[in-house]
Amino acid sequence: MGKQYETVIGLEVHVELATKTKIFCSCSTEFGGAPNSHTCPVCTGMPGSLPVLNKKVVEYAIGVGLATNCDITQYCKFDRKNYFYPDNPQNYQISQLYLPICRNGGVEIETADGGKKVIGIHEIHMEEDAGKLIHDEWEDCSLVDFNRSGVPLIEIVSEPDMRSADEVIAYLEKLRMIIQYLGASDCKLQEGSMRADVNLSVREVGAEAFGTRTEMKNLNSFKAIARAIEGERERQIDLIEEGKKVVQETRRWDDTKGMSYAMRSKEDAQDYRYFPEPDLVPIIISDEWIEEIRSRQPELRTEKLERYKKEYDIPQYDAEIITSHKKMADIFEATVEICKKPKEVSNWLMVETMRLLKEKDMEPDQLGFTPANLAKLIGLIDQGVINRTIGKEIFEKIFDEDIDPEVYVEDNGLKIESDDGALKGIIEGIVAANPQSVSDYKAGKKKAIGFLVGQTMKAMKGKADPGTVNKILTEILDAE
Amino acid sequence: MANIISDETIEYVGILAKLELSEDEKEQAKKDMGSMLDYIDKLNELDTSGVEPMSHVFPVHNVFREDVVVNGDIHEQMLANAPKEKDDSFMVPKTVE
Amino acid sequence: MDLMHLTAVELGKKIQNKEVTVRECVEAALAQIEAVDTKINSFVTVDREGVLKKADDIQARIDAGELTGPLAGVPVAIKDNMCTEGMLTTCSSKILYNFVPTYTSEAVLNLEKAGAVIIGKTNMDEFAMGSTTETSAFGPTKNPWNTEHVPGGSSGGSCTAVSAEEVPYALGSDTGGSIRQPSSFCGVVGIKPTYGTVSRYGLIAYGSSLDQIGPVAKDVTDCATILETIASYDPKDSTSVKRDSYDFTSALVDDVKGLRIGIPKDYFGEGLDAEVKEAVLKVAKVLEEKGAIVEEFDLSLVEYAIPAYYVIASAEASSNLARFDGVKYGYRTEEYEGLHNMYKKSRSEGFGPEVKRRIMLGSFVLSSGYYDAYYLKALRTKALIKEAFDKAFEKYDVILGPAAPTTAPKLGESLSDPIKMYLGDIYTISVNLAGLPGLSMPCGIDSKGMPIGVQMIGDCFKENNIIRAAYAFEQTREYIRPEMAGKGAE
Repeated sequence: MGKQYETVIGLEVHVELATKTKIFCSCSTEFGGAPNSHTCPVCTGMPGSLPVLNKKVVEYAIGVGLATNCDITQYCKFDRKNYFYPDNPQNYQISQLYLPICRNGGVEIETADGGKKVIGIHEIHMEEDAGKLIHDEWEDCSLVDFNRSGVPLIEIVSEPDMRSADEVIAYLEKLRMIIQYLGASDCKLQEGSMRADVNLSVREVGAEAFGTRTEMKNLNSFKAIARAIEGERERQIDLIEEGKKVVQETRRWDDTKGMSYAMRSKEDAQDYRYFPEPDLVPIIISDEWIEEIRSRQPELRTEKLERYKKEYDIPQYDAEIITSHKKMADIFEATVEICKKPKEVSNWLMVETMRLLKEKDMEPDQLGFTPANLAKLIGLIDQGVINRTIGKEIFEKIFDEDIDPEVYVEDNGLKIESDDGALKGIIEGIVAANPQSVSDYKAGKKKAIGFLVGQTMKAMKGKADPGTVNKILTEILDAE
Repeated sequence: MANIISDETIEYVGILAKLELSEDEKEQAKKDMGSMLDYIDKLNELDTSGVEPMSHVFPVHNVFREDVVVNGDIHEQMLANAPKEKDDSFMVPKTVE
Repeated sequence: MDLMHLTAVELGKKIQNKEVTVRECVEAALAQIEAVDTKINSFVTVDREGVLKKADDIQARIDAGELTGPLAGVPVAIKDNMCTEGMLTTCSSKILYNFVPTYTSEAVLNLEKAGAVIIGKTNMDEFAMGSTTETSAFGPTKNPWNTEHVPGGSSGGSCTAVSAEEVPYALGSDTGGSIRQPSSFCGVVGIKPTYGTVSRYGLIAYGSSLDQIGPVAKDVTDCATILETIASYDPKDSTSVKRDSYDFTSALVDDVKGLRIGIPKDYFGEGLDAEVKEAVLKVAKVLEEKGAIVEEFDLSLVEYAIPAYYVIASAEASSNLARFDGVKYGYRTEEYEGLHNMYKKSRSEGFGPEVKRRIMLGSFVLSSGYYDAYYLKALRTKALIKEAFDKAFEKYDVILGPAAPTTAPKLGESLSDPIKMYLGDIYTISVNLAGLPGLSMPCGIDSKGMPIGVQMIGDCFKENNIIRAAYAFEQTREYIRPEMAGKGAE
């Protein structure tokens, strides 16, 4: 019987804040744009330029700190972290080492067995993001774009409190939900606005001391994180079983190969020579400032959930699903605001939206349709312009391409045929063509009518209201 | 000389500072750094216990900017200074193997 | 009349009175540069083509009544570590040999707003690291009083340009004495203002917590007037201080009655040249005769300022100069294998020996295991030095002493022994550590025919005390110019 090992995991989560401008200059943080079009002397490290702190960054950081139960460091400072890399224009990063803005917090997660567990937050600090490197195969070189350089980040450093990939993902989901609700970031893993580095070690079950840990980078989806944790756990156990030592190092996870690689080279001494940033002055955060931010904190999930139940009369389960992602909740509220039909909106989100997300392996953050189009769709069905079946087909179009359902219905001639005479003619034809079903119906098998309705709908290419079809059919059959 | 700077130290500091010194320069650097550190060690005569390290001479704090986009696009002028550029970007030797 | 013999303020008046045109002033400056600069090498860049057009533009604005200030139309030279949009800015380093900034430093913008005509950029010790202007990648600058001597540094080019009357005034920067010491060596007046008074935005940083821009001119009136123009609260520089007053010219009064002057005994001990000592003490005597109260006192901690300075300045420099890496601007080595080799070769070929020495030292004192012993120790020492000055300024309005232990040494004498060179800054460095204002002005000529400078140090934000003392002393003495000055017009 082999030894039993426990995995010990701590996370460093980087979150890009949703400010309009960068942390130390007035350049836009907008995504996209031609390379280096959102840059200035400050965020490209031009000689003589100086940083000036964006107040909003401090307020977001305090907001996240309060929502994750941290102590706010009321006298905090920035430090320089010195290392050379082309995406780091000054060859130092302005960060916080000695006096980070938030410390000693934690969030509660649900564990697999349904229990609760608190994951400690060691600290949250503010820092600047690096630029982007694009590798040019043609010229065998790399190209540097500083549009992302200086975008504000907070780094949330957890305690080594997690023991499994499930706990890591529950913790990340919890952080993401809190931060999205605060509006401090959109937290998109795929786009890199939320990034997690995993610190992992293993030890024998029951051991007191931690094993040697490694840090894994380049994890851009929950699935990659889960795979990387499993891979690294196995790699470390194998080393220990072979009597070898785990080396403390930074490793890069290659999700396609399912392997990690050591990133360290002889030229990276990993000696960051931190010292207080002389170009920035300390930040003093008064009790009043903290209270002001606390009072402005937006509604968090639990408050929203209660409000949905009360204001919209939505069942607990539905409210839980909808509020589990800020994006869903936002779509819900905006759509209800337009069409005033909370139950209908909830149904479309709970059933069709969740189904399509699962089918397409997407996260709710990636939802791209506008509430106005969903509201229009609900309106079309409500007014009897289209039936629910056609509605579902159109919703897929809305989900994928955010089409305008009114235009779509018009262009594709999908309106329900309201000419009862024409419909009656077609139904009579169907009845004549299916004597078996008719006799089944007459013999008391009332279900047989369903087949006839289906045939009618097929003949009408869906452009009929099933209720009306049913009514006419019953009239014809019962009259015979 | 109290501070003897080893070859390893000079090598290590060279990696940190991204400076490549010739053999002669290394010998000179060992000597210079040693004598500078001897000189700096004079600070040890001072009792500084209980003294807060002073990074800023004046108690200025909370200097902030409002979150408003002001800067325009100056990438063309900026890239004019680049030793090598391509596709509106700064060109560097390949950063991945 | 030789226009270049005039001070900036005198020239400004003549321009306002239409006695001379801006173009005439600029042409006189260019003629003097033409005549003497090959001998002294004050300039890295002279904007010969652009400056005449600029002169005409400014003349038009003066004629239109838009520019009425004292410096409107007066030519100026800028130390080559201040960014000037569209004009080469090198820090006298090979690593920035071709750098053309996309923006202008705030202090220079303030001058431009006042109608100054920027004639060119002056030579300096590479990245302001040095006390002789010999570490420039573009060759040493020489002292106009005797070209076998150094002009001091690092703002050597700015001080020689003023001393040799190539321009009426210039801007320098001072991290450990880089305005005051060369001003003293060249027989001109220079002020390092209180830290935070002049914006550092656009000043290419050496030691960020110590660097300040200041004026260099032929008299105290010019210096006060220039300081009034360049000083401003700048939201782009977080260390910029919102001062209650930016009025410095009101201190230009010949009255020192009751002004308390402290003479730190520690500044007059071993290592101070006898002639310098005598000349400086005579200044105290003159001011005493004019009604100042002069007293000797012990400042203490003087010998700890230099080691603390070299730790702090080198540490900051090692980080500030990391950005020069051959990626975004400046020099990149011709041949390299891979990224790190490119970094190392570009930097090793691009920086000179003194800069490399300080980057190495700075990287070492910040490296793992040494930070507390060196860096924090130096910051604690800095706190004690500041405290010692605070105590002194409870008793005195001005601290008076030499600007340097000797007059200008000969070329080549200093670089061979770095520590000896560093010791030359013993009277100026603590002023930067404590963020204080300091002024240097001529007070005599030694037996070798070289100028002697006196330094006046004030409490934070009390420039006006030193300006007043300096102005009063200046009234007792004629300005003496080197033979080289004013040649161009003859």
